[in-house]
Order: sequence, then structure tokens, then C-alpha cells
Amino acid sequence: MLLFRHAQKSIELIDSFLNLIDQGSILFKEGVRNYLYGNRESFLSNLQTLSNLETEADILKRKTENILYTQSLMPQLRGDILKLLEELDNIIDLAKTSLFQFDVENPFIPAELNQDLVKLTELSTAAIESVIPAARAYFRDPDSVKEKLHRVYLYEKEADKLADAIKRKVFHDMPNLKLSEKFHLRYFTLHIETLSDAAEKTADVLSIMAIKRTI
Amino acid sequence: MLFLIFLSSGLFLGWSLGANDAANIFGSAVGSKMIRFRRAALIASVFVVLGAVFQGRGTSETLSSLGAVDALAGGFTVSLCAAFTVFWMTRYAIPVSTSQAVVGAIIGWSTFVGQTTDYKVLSVIVSSWISGPILGMIFAALLFIALRKLLRRLKIHVIKLDAYIRISLIVVGAFGAYSLGANNIANVMGVFVNSAPDVFLDFGLFSLDGVQLLFLLGGLAIAAGIFTYSEKVMNTVGNGILSLNAEAAIVVVLSQALVLFIFSSSSLSALLVSIGLPAIPLVPVSSTQVVVGSVIGIGLVKGVREIKFKALGEIAIGWIITPLAAGILTYVALFFVQNVFHLKVSSGASENSDLASSPLSSSSIAETTHYINLVLPAVLVVAAFAIIVLIFLIFRQQKLRLKAENELLQQQNNYYQAQKTLSTMEVSAIQSENNLLNQKLENRRREYTNIALNITSQKEFLQKISSIIDDIRNTDEKEIIDNKLKEVSTILRQKMSFSDETDEFYSKIEQTDRDFRQKLASLFPDLTEQEKKLAILLRLNLSSKEISPLLGISSKSVEIARYRLRKRLNLKQGESLINFIQNL
Repeated sequence: MLLFRHAQKSIELIDSFLNLIDQGSILFKEGVRNYLYGNRESFLSNLQTLSNLETEADILKRKTENILYTQSLMPQLRGDILKLLEELDNIIDLAKTSLFQFDVENPFIPAELNQDLVKLTELSTAAIESVIPAARAYFRDPDSVKEKLHRVYLYEKEADKLADAIKRKVFHDMPNLKLSEKFHLRYFTLHIETLSDAAEKTADVLSIMAIKRTI
Repeated sequence: MLFLIFLSSGLFLGWSLGANDAANIFGSAVGSKMIRFRRAALIASVFVVLGAVFQGRGTSETLSSLGAVDALAGGFTVSLCAAFTVFWMTRYAIPVSTSQAVVGAIIGWSTFVGQTTDYKVLSVIVSSWISGPILGMIFAALLFIALRKLLRRLKIHVIKLDAYIRISLIVVGAFGAYSLGANNIANVMGVFVNSAPDVFLDFGLFSLDGVQLLFLLGGLAIAAGIFTYSEKVMNTVGNGILSLNAEAAIVVVLSQALVLFIFSSSSLSALLVSIGLPAIPLVPVSSTQVVVGSVIGIGLVKGVREIKFKALGEIAIGWIITPLAAGILTYVALFFVQNVFHLKVSSGASENSDLASSPLSSSSIAETTHYINLVLPAVLVVAAFAIIVLIFLIFRQQKLRLKAENELLQQQNNYYQAQKTLSTMEVSAIQSENNLLNQKLENRRREYTNIALNITSQKEFLQKISSIIDDIRNTDEKEIIDNKLKEVSTILRQKMSFSDETDEFYSKIEQTDRDFRQKLASLFPDLTEQEKKLAILLRLNLSSKEISPLLGISSKSVEIARYRLRKRLNLKQGESLINFIQNL
């Protein structure tokens, strides 16, 4: 039946979209690591792939929107679902933009900060990677969304703490850096940290959506 | 004809039932836009008619045994009073059930004509009013628990679930409409069954007797109510009290359909009797009240917070007020009908013979009834209908094809227009580029001409000087030499203050910096030509020393001119003249 075909098609689109976000997070992590350790070629390759993923995610999102509206599937829930897709798309957009900024601005990062920044990136991407299973669960098992989301909040909080520590270190313990370099480092710490904030925002949207579905 | 006029009150009651009660079945689905109204109305109408015609007999029999209204005028009055009670109470926002109004009206009729009301039947009816919503509540609670468990176990994707829910809403809605027709047709046509025509129509596959024809008419009245007025009610109810999530909506409709089905299925009742259980009373119950019961049932499962105790109280009040109001109204109305209009409101026969001769009992389809074979006409009607549908479909297909073609043409046209605009833009861009190049070419050409002219004039000038020098060399007269030398000196001085080149210089600068000159003229219209020239030279960032030969004045004069210009431009002390001019 046509109704089921459209439903199946949109399920596939959403699943692929979530896969893309997951892959985007991994690529961002790799990209930052490669930049920090001077692997320029790998970094550029990560950046290119992430950029392609982001474009693909946009296309998938638009296709899903199209099917949900033209076939008037789930009139009560589609607003929520599209909002969720929008939030997730925002994450991959942010990841791409941040990595591009590494390429364009080429920030000077002292080697002693490498480890901290790698850890910050891992925490931020861990928040994203935790929000994706919760998003998947929303579609099939809304009761389990809540228990999957607590990790996102934890990673976000840890990322915040670490970002603060990095900024403090840059401004207080690195007198040899120029003020412009300190500002630059602050911005890049912020860029990485923003990803975990975006994941947290998605988690907030998800938890409300899950409550609405279980009522 | 008179029969139809008397029937009109019943048909009106049917119309109002369709307008109000279809929302109990498809309200949530239409209100939440899961199903389009037209589709819902079509399904509801078809199944209401089917339920009424094929399963409406049982509940009508019970109403008949409460009080067999055996005269058309009586039936008309009973039905009209019930309809009026429903209308009046709805207007004052008192929840009302058609079933209760009809029962009250029948009791009013019985009291008026002096028939004794069968209290056993009455108690069965009243108990079913109470048990209906309670049963709805129990069914809804159980079904909801079962559905929730099933969904949790199956973990169906929400989008696929939506597709299943849509189909379920249609199936359950069809069942609900069938049950509504079966159960509630008694309210609409129950009081007229004793006046039903004695006909028997044989359609080959199925046959209809007089009572079923009456029910068919009632069903059509309900369908008319659904099509004409229920959309508004569905949207109001669907976004109001029935604003449930889709799963709950299915449960509510299903439990309502089950309750109405149970209270109208004579075969189910017979089945229970055959296995030694008590028979189910076949009574018209209020679908609205069963729905409220079902919603409360779901509320109980979810938590007490959701229970609307006010609704429960309102239902209980309805149980008393509605029959009472309808009964009193009927009694008064019958008095008027009998004594003012002199119409017969009862046949005057004894109540026992009423039941025996009732057309509802299947044995009463006697040989005396008119037997009409409608197989051939029915086949013809079906064939005609099929042809009409086919023609309609062909036309529709044609229309759709034309529409699609039109859309394609429109799309192509849009594309062509877009291309055209794009091409125009490209052409204009190329044209402006060409213009620019032409202008450059023209400038260059003029430059070359000027250079050529300049070369010629230089040559002429030099030749003139050379001939004067030759003249000086060839003469010994001091006076002539002095005159010639004076002449050379004058020519040279003239040449030094010549204006051709400077004019050309200014015109070139003007061309390259036309905006600046225009701005200067508009902002400071009082500037003299000399001041404008100075401003242009200052814009080129030339020093006073460089400017002085160009203006043909001394450096000191340039300084004074600069000072004057500052004043003219209203510059304050400390403000740089050059910066001001360059930023203009």
C-alpha cells in the first residue's frame, strides 16, 4: 500500500539521517585530533568528508520534511519530529563550521593544550553520540528515551568544566602567548564546547517529545 | 405523503443524531487530521445505514415493548417531543442523550393513552443506561492496557505505527458506525415501526421488509446529518473533549462500538442464552455517554488526574432530567394533538395484541404483506450506478491528466521564463561590459589623437623657435635681435602657461573621479572653479609644491588657497583637509 511505502521511505530517510550525524561526530573528532597533531592532509580529508555529509544531511532532512507534509503523515507528531531533525542538523552544521574555522583561521595551539583539547572534543562528541540512540529510541520505544539522555547531560557538564579549565589555563598560566592568541584559543575552545551545548538542546527537545508520546 | 410528513420528526431526530454522534466515532480522527472528513463521513454513512437496516430490529423491539406507539400522529408527537427536548437541552449545554429523551417521550405517551408502562422493561432500559458507560469504561481500560502492552512489546516505528493507526481508525470507525446505526436507529424510527408499510422487497442477494425500509430511511437521515453538519462537531469535539492521542482514540471508538454492538445484537444475546447465561437487553444507549465512560476508563489506567468527575455527575443528572422533561413535554403535546388537532394518537387496541401484531417479530411477516420482487430493478440500478461511476472515473481521469499536463506546461513555462530572465541578465551584463570597453577604447583613441596633435603642435612650436633663432643668427642688427629675443621669450612664457595640457589633465581626472566632483558640487555649491580644481588636486594627495605649477600660482598662494578652501568646507581646527576630501 502507498501509505506503508511512504512510511517505509521516511523511516529509511530518518535512519540514514541519524547515521550521518553519528558519522559527522566521529569525523569532527578525528579532524580536530589531526589538526592538533599536525596531520594536515588527514585533517583536510576529514573536513571534506564532513562537508559532504553535512550537505547530504540537509538533503535528507528536506526529503523527510517533504514526505511528512505532502503525504500528511503523523499530523500530530510531525512538527516535533521535524524540530528534532532540525536540531540534529544544527549539530552537524556546527561541527562543519568549526572544523572549517580551524582550516581558515589556522589557530596557533601550544602543544601543552593538545591533550586537553582532544579530551574536550571527545566529551563534546560523546554528548552527540549519546543523543543519537535516544533519538532512535524516540521513534520505536519512547519509554526508554529518558534513561538514554542522562549521559548527554553528564558529558555536556563535563565538557563545560573542561572548557572553563582550558580558558583559565590559557589566560592565567600562559604568559608567553599574545593576547590575540589567547582570544583565538578561547574562541576555538568555545567552538568545540558549543557542540555539546547543541547536543544538550537536542536532548531537551527529545525529552519533552518523549513525554508527549508516553502521555 | 401523510406518512412522510408524520415521519419528518423522526427524520429530523435522525439528522440531529447523525450531526452529533458521528463525532463520537470519527471526531478524534478528523479533528487530528488523521482522516479526511469526506472519507470519514462516507464510511460512517454507509455503515450506519447497514447497521440500522440489518441489526436495528432488536433495540426497536425493546422500545416497542415499553410502549407500542401504534398511531402515526402519536409516533410523530413522541419523536418531535424527544427531538425538541434534545434540541432545547443542547442549547442550554446540558449533556443529553437521544435514547433517554425517546424513552421519556414513550413513557409520556403510555401515560397519556392509559397504557400501563412495563416497569420490568423500564428497569432493564435504565440499568443499561448506567451499565453502558460503565461497560465502556471497563472495555476501554482493558483494551488500553492491552494495546499499550502490545505496542511496548512490538516497538513499531512511530511512522509505521501512524499508518497502522490510520487503517485501524477506519476499520474501528466503520464498526463503530455500524453499531451506532444498529443501536440508535430505534431512537429515530422505533416509534414508527408499528406504522411501517406492509411491503417486502426482494433484492436477490438480500431482502428488506417494511420495518427495514423504515430503518433505511432513518439511516439515510443519519447519513444526511453526518454529511451536512457533523464536520463542525467533529472538529470541535476532536480538539476538545476527544483530543486524545491516536492510540487512545482507537480504544475509545472500539469500546464504544463494542458496547453499542452488545446492546443491539440479538444473535449475541441468543448465543448467551443458548449457553445458559442471561440474555443481554437490547436497548438503545447513548453513544456520547459510552464515550465519556471510555475516556474515563483510559484516565483510570493513566492515573486518576485525568478523570473528569464533572462529566460523570452531568451524565447522572442527564439520566433523570432528560426522560422527565421529554415525558412531560410529550404528555402536554399529545393533549394538544388529540384535543386541538383532533388527531388519533393511539389505535386504542390492547397492549397484548400490540405486541402480537407488531411487525418487529419476525413471525409477523405474514403472507398478507405485499411481496415485491426487486431483483431486476436492483440489478438495473446497480448497473446504472456502475456506469455512472465508470463515466465519472473516466472524466476524473481525463481531468487529472489535463491538470497534470497543464502543470507540466506551467512548469516548463516557468522554467522558460526563468531561463529568459537569466539570459536577459547575461545579455545586459555583457552589454554593460561592452559599453565599458567601448568607453575605454574611445578614451584611448582620444588620448592617441591628443598625443598626435601634441606632437604636431610641439613640432610647430619648435620649428617656430628654430626659425626665429635662425633669423637671429642671420642678422647683425641689435634691434632686430632684441625684438626676436623678446618674441622668443614671450612665446616661451605663453607656452609655459599654456592651458591645453592642464585642461586635458583636469578632464581626465574628472572622468575617472566623476562621483567626487558631483558630490563636491552638490554639498558645496558655492565653490569656485579654482577651488574645485584645488580640491581635485588635493584628493590626488599632491603637495602644495606640486600643485603650484598645475594651478599656475606660487606655493605660498597654494597655501592661502588651501586655507580659504578649509573655510569654505567649514572645517574645524585640527581637522585634516586632505582626509576630509579623500573621505568625501
